Amino acid sequence: MGTTTFTKKTLGLENGEPAVTPPPAPTAETTFVKKPKLAAGKSKKREIPEGLWTKCKRCSTMVFDKELDENLKVCPHCQYHFPLGARERIHSLVETCSFEEMDAEMLSADVLQFTGISTYTSKLADYQKSTGQKDAAITGIGRIGEHRAGLGVMDFSFLGGSMGSVVGEKLTRLIEKSTEKGLPVIIISTSGGARMYEGMFSLMQMAKTCGALAYHAKAKLPYISVLTDPTMAGVMASYATVGDLIIAEPGAMIGFAGPRVIKDTTQAELPPGFQTAEFLLDHGLIDAIVPRKEMKEQLIEYLDYLTVGMKQAAAAG
Amino acid sequence: MKNQLDFEKPIFELQSKLEELKKHPEAHSLGVSFEEEIQKIEAKLAETRKQIVSNLTAWQRVQLARHPKRPFTLDYLQNTFSDFSEIHGDRLFAEDRAMVGGFARLGEHRVMVIGTQKGRDTKENILRNFGSAHPEGYRKALRLMRLADKFGLPIITIIDTAGAYPGIGAEERHIAEAIAVNLREMMLLEVPTIAVVIGEGGSGGALGIGVADRVLILENAYYSVISPEGCAAILWKDRAAAPKAAEALKITARNLLELGLVDEVVPEPLGGAHNDPTAIGATLKQLLLNHLGELQKFPAAERLKQRYNRFRAHGHFVEKQPSPQPAAA
Repeated sequence: MGTTTFTKKTLGLENGEPAVTPPPAPTAETTFVKKPKLAAGKSKKREIPEGLWTKCKRCSTMVFDKELDENLKVCPHCQYHFPLGARERIHSLVETCSFEEMDAEMLSADVLQFTGISTYTSKLADYQKSTGQKDAAITGIGRIGEHRAGLGVMDFSFLGGSMGSVVGEKLTRLIEKSTEKGLPVIIISTSGGARMYEGMFSLMQMAKTCGALAYHAKAKLPYISVLTDPTMAGVMASYATVGDLIIAEPGAMIGFAGPRVIKDTTQAELPPGFQTAEFLLDHGLIDAIVPRKEMKEQLIEYLDYLTVGMKQAAAAG
Repeated sequence: MKNQLDFEKPIFELQSKLEELKKHPEAHSLGVSFEEEIQKIEAKLAETRKQIVSNLTAWQRVQLARHPKRPFTLDYLQNTFSDFSEIHGDRLFAEDRAMVGGFARLGEHRVMVIGTQKGRDTKENILRNFGSAHPEGYRKALRLMRLADKFGLPIITIIDTAGAYPGIGAEERHIAEAIAVNLREMMLLEVPTIAVVIGEGGSGGALGIGVADRVLILENAYYSVISPEGCAAILWKDRAAAPKAAEALKITARNLLELGLVDEVVPEPLGGAHNDPTAIGATLKQLLLNHLGELQKFPAAERLKQRYNRFRAHGHFVEKQPSPQPAAA
C-alpha cells in the first residue's frame, strides 16, 4: 500500500526485553505498529502530501494521524488502542497546567557495568535520544477533576517500559510524597518487566515500591492501578497488582510469564484471548475494563468514591 | 558417576583413586604400604577442592546451586531446625507442595519456617513441581506468615527456586497478585524475619518469600532478576550464552554482598554444600541464631523501619547530569 505504515523496528529488545522470571516472549500482541512523530526525520518521503496516515494494526484501516491523535491514539473504526506515550497520557488526564513533575532529571546508572551484545550505557543513550525521555516513567502531582493525586505514568517506548532503579525510585518517591500529603496515587503501567541491565537492583524495585504502597495503604489512602498494553512480569508482580482498584484498557496484554515461555514450559495450547484484559476480567482478576476515552471520567468517579472517608476524616479532625 | 559437574571431575578422579587404594589390605602382597600414598592423595584432594571452589566462575556456581545432590529446604529442616511440624494448604484452592512450611525449633526458639522445595528424582520433582510454586504456594506462605505474626513467631524463609511456575493455571489464578501481595505484606510483619537463599534465587518467585529484615545467601547460591539462560536468550539471542549472562548479571553470593544486596554470605563446606549437608546445616543454624538474637533486641517498630529502609535503599541512579553536555541537544 502506498501509505506510511511504520512498524517499529525490532531491536530485539523492546518486546521481550526486561523480564522477571521468565521473559515475555515477543508475540504479535506486543509488536506495535507505531507512528513516529511528524518531526522525526527518518520517515520515508511518500507521495502523500501533508500529514501522515497510520494503518490500524487490528482492522487495517488507514487512519489520518491528526484524527488518531485527537482520538487519544484509539482507532476510530475498531477502537484498537495504540500505545500512548507518557507525556500524552498525562496530558489526557490532568487539568491544564496542574501537573508538577517530580524528579524530572533522574537518570539511570550502569551500576553493574553491564555488557552484553551492547552496553547498558549505550542502550540508555540510544533510547534517550530516540524517545526524548530520560527513562521509562514520569511522575508528579496533578489535578484530575477536583482531585489532587500522585500520578505515575510509564512509557513503553523507553527500553520496553522496563523497571530499573529510576522507575522504582521515582514511583517510590511519588508514593511516599502522596502518603505524606494524604493524596491518592494513580499508576498507569506499561512494561515488559524488570530491567535486566540492572540485575538484582531491578528486582529490588518490586519490594521497594510495594513497601511504599504498604504504608500508603496503611494510611487508608486510595491507589488505583491502570494496566495498559502490555503490562508483564516484574511490574505485574509488584505495584501494578496491589491497587485498591485495578483497571485495564481494552485488549491490553497483561500477565506474569510470557506466553512463549508458558507454551515452552507446559507444552499446552494457550486458551483464546489468554492474558488479555478481557481474559483477566472474565477470571475475576481485574475490576473493570475502561476505554481510553472514558479513562479520565472514570478515574474521577472512582476517586469520588474512594476519597469519601478521607474527606470525612478531614472534616472531623 | 552420575550427578557430577564437569569442573568437579578432578575431585571425583582423586576420590575414586583414594577409594581404590583404601580397598587394598593394609599391606600389599609385595609388602608395600599404601599409607603414605593415601595421605598424599587426601592432601591433594583437599587442595584440589579448595582450588576449584575458590576459582569458580559465576556460571559454575549456578551449576553448583542447581546441583541435584545439594541440600534442599527439607534437608535444612532436619539439619538446621528440629521438630518440624508441617502445615498444609492455602485454605483457598490447593496444597502446593513446591512450597513447604510449618512450625519448627531453631535451637531454643520456636519459629515458622517457609521455603520452596525441589525434588530429588523425577517422581518427587513432579510432586514438588521442580520447586516452582503456583499462586497457592505464595498464598500458603502468606497465610503462615500471618499466623506467625499473630502469635509472635519469628519467620525464616528458605529460598530455592528457579522461579514461580509459568503455566496457564498459574496465570488464571493470578500468580502476579500472589507475589505482589506478599511483597507488600511482608514489609509490615511485626515479627523478626530472615530469608536465606540456599540454592537458586529465581527472580520474582524468590522475592515472593524474600522480603525480610535480613537476607542471607549460601556461598554457591545465586539470586537473580532473570535466569542466566533467559537473559542470554533475550540479549545474546542464544541460550548458550548463559555463562556470559551469569557473569554480567552479577548474581553470585560474593557479587551480591559487594553490591550491598545481601547481609551475609553463609560459607559452604569445601566443594559445596552437597559435600557435607550436616556441616552446612550447623553453620546456617549458628548464623540464623546470631541474626535472630540481634533482631530481637529491637522493638517491632524499629525493625519495621529498618526493614523498609533496607529495601528503600536499593537502587542506583543519577540525580543530575554530572556536567552539562553541550553536544546533547
